[in-house]
Formats: sequence, C-alpha cells, structure tokens
Amino acid sequence: MIDTGDLWIVILGLGLGTYLIRFSFLGIIGDRELPPLVLRLLRYTPVAVIPGLIAPMLIWPETTGGTVDTPRLAAAAVTVIVGFATRNFVAAMVAGAATLFALLALIG
Amino acid sequence: MSETPARSSYVRGLLDSAPFILVVAPFAMLFGVVATGAGLDLIAAMSMSVIVIAGAAQFTALQLLADNSGALAALAASLAVNLRSAMYSASLVPYIGRAPLWQRALISYALFDQNYALALQKYETDATMTVAQRVAYYAGVTTPVISCWYAFTLVGILAGNQIPEGLPLDFAVPITFLALVAPMVKTWAHAAAAGTSVVLALALHGMPSGTGILVGGVVAMAAGAAVETWREGRK
Repeated sequence: MIDTGDLWIVILGLGLGTYLIRFSFLGIIGDRELPPLVLRLLRYTPVAVIPGLIAPMLIWPETTGGTVDTPRLAAAAVTVIVGFATRNFVAAMVAGAATLFALLALIG
Repeated sequence: MSETPARSSYVRGLLDSAPFILVVAPFAMLFGVVATGAGLDLIAAMSMSVIVIAGAAQFTALQLLADNSGALAALAASLAVNLRSAMYSASLVPYIGRAPLWQRALISYALFDQNYALALQKYETDATMTVAQRVAYYAGVTTPVISCWYAFTLVGILAGNQIPEGLPLDFAVPITFLALVAPMVKTWAHAAAAGTSVVLALALHGMPSGTGILVGGVVAMAAGAAVETWREGRK
C-alpha cells in the first residue's frame, strides 16, 4: 500500500514543480528579445525532444517484455512515412493505428 | 481589433486537435485504472490528474510509490520526466512571450506534448498570426486535451478493471508522437536534430528517467542549428 502522506507530498510537490518547469521561460523572459543563436536552437525543440521520447518505446516496448515487436515497428514506420509524405497529422495517426490493428490481427 | 479573428483561431485549434481525443482518452483512462489499482481513492487520483496534469510523470510517480521507493525518489524521477517542458516553454517565447502574464500563466499549466507540438507547427507555418490569435489557437488545441484528460481519468477510476484486455493502448502514445513530429521534419537540419535525438536517447537510456532526454535534446537542438548554419554558408 502507498503511504497516504507520501502520496500527497508527491501529488502537491509534483504539481508545483511541474508548473514551475512549464512557467520557467514563458513566465520570466516574457517579451524580452532572445539572441539569434538561442532562437536558432529553439527552432529545433520539438524535433529534438519528441523522437528521443519515442525511440525507447519502439525498441523496447514494455508490453512485449522489452523485445522488438514487428507489428509495432511496422506501424511506427507507416506513421512516419505517411506523416512525412502528406504533412498531415490525422492521416499519419490513422494509417499507423490501422497498420497496428491489421498486423496484430494477422500475426498476433 | 475585433473578436472574430481570435474566435476563429480558437475554433481552428479545436478542430485541429479533435483527433487527440482518440489518444488522450485511453491514456487518461489507463491512468485512472492504474491509480485505482495502486490503492488511490477517487479524490487522490483525480487530484493528481488535475494538479499535475502530465501523463508520463504521473505514471512514473505512481510506479515508484508503489515500489516503495519513497516520496523523494518518486518526486525527483517524475520531475525529471517533465524537464523537457522547460525547453517547450523557451521555444514558445518568440511567439507568445508578449501575451499578458495571466495568459502565459494559464498556457504554462497546459503545456503538454501534443497541443504544444500542434501549436508550434501552426505558428511556424502561419507568420501572419497576431499574438492574440496565437493565444486563442493555443486555447483551442488545449480544450479537447484537457477536458478529455479530466473526464477519462474519472471514467478509468469508476470503470476499474473493466477495460478490455489486449487493446494495444501502450502504442497510442508513440503513434501520436510520431504522427506529430514526422510532418515537422522539413529540412536536413530538422532531420539531423531528429536523428541525433533518437541515437542519444537510446545511448543514454541508462541515465535516470528524463535526464537522458534532456541531454540528448540539447545536443540534438545544437545539431539542428549547426546543420542550418552550415547549409546557409554553402548557399
């Protein structure tokens, strides 16, 4: 059983900490000009963070006990190709999900 | 300065992020189920979703608490998972830094991966937007995500273990993130940043949760900027 005191320390501490992390730059820097080099770096934020977030989930998926799983890898590949080719988020998501369901139904 | 452009930006955002419902709903439901399974009552589980509102960090905190790692370890690890939001926060500054403080304070509460990525993509492609329109668009892309997160945490708590087994819910998150990021890869510089990010995330996987992403993210941003500078120099 989780200790109730510990639980509430984590809920409140994580809530406050998460908010401060999110507010950090947006709240403090506000309308001050950022140097061009910083702007150039920040332009790559989503493409620099999100792929790294997903890569371990693809290579070591938790539900399969950490072994590479063909339907999941194929679904990921289809999502990326469709997303890149169509520049359309919805199309990519639908194509990826359809691939995953189809392959899981076929090979399980 | 009429209200119409801001309102239509809000509606545009709502429509653009509506597909997230399909992903956020099962993820939030899963959190409700897991939290209940770990012994949290309705108040505690709902409080976590409303106060923290960060899926991956909530799961991390729950898991460490359930493993008896102690409050401090659980707090440190789950906060580390959220450090990437600081980079998101910084990257929004050029677009909405001039918005009133209260609007920036609200946006900070709602800085999640999905709505953030969608908003940033819109800001990059539509240079004509005013700050007010950008804020309205952000509110639009956030509304479905936030309301779904609250509502389906509750559904998960109430439904308990009645979720059908065998649904590949684990893959809802990777597919959304891939679908979000693939259309954003527009230049060799973007590709370099994405590639660096993947390689470093895998290489640094052993580092404490979240810190590998942070180190990898910073290096990948530098790689993107370096390739951009290099290609400019060749023109």
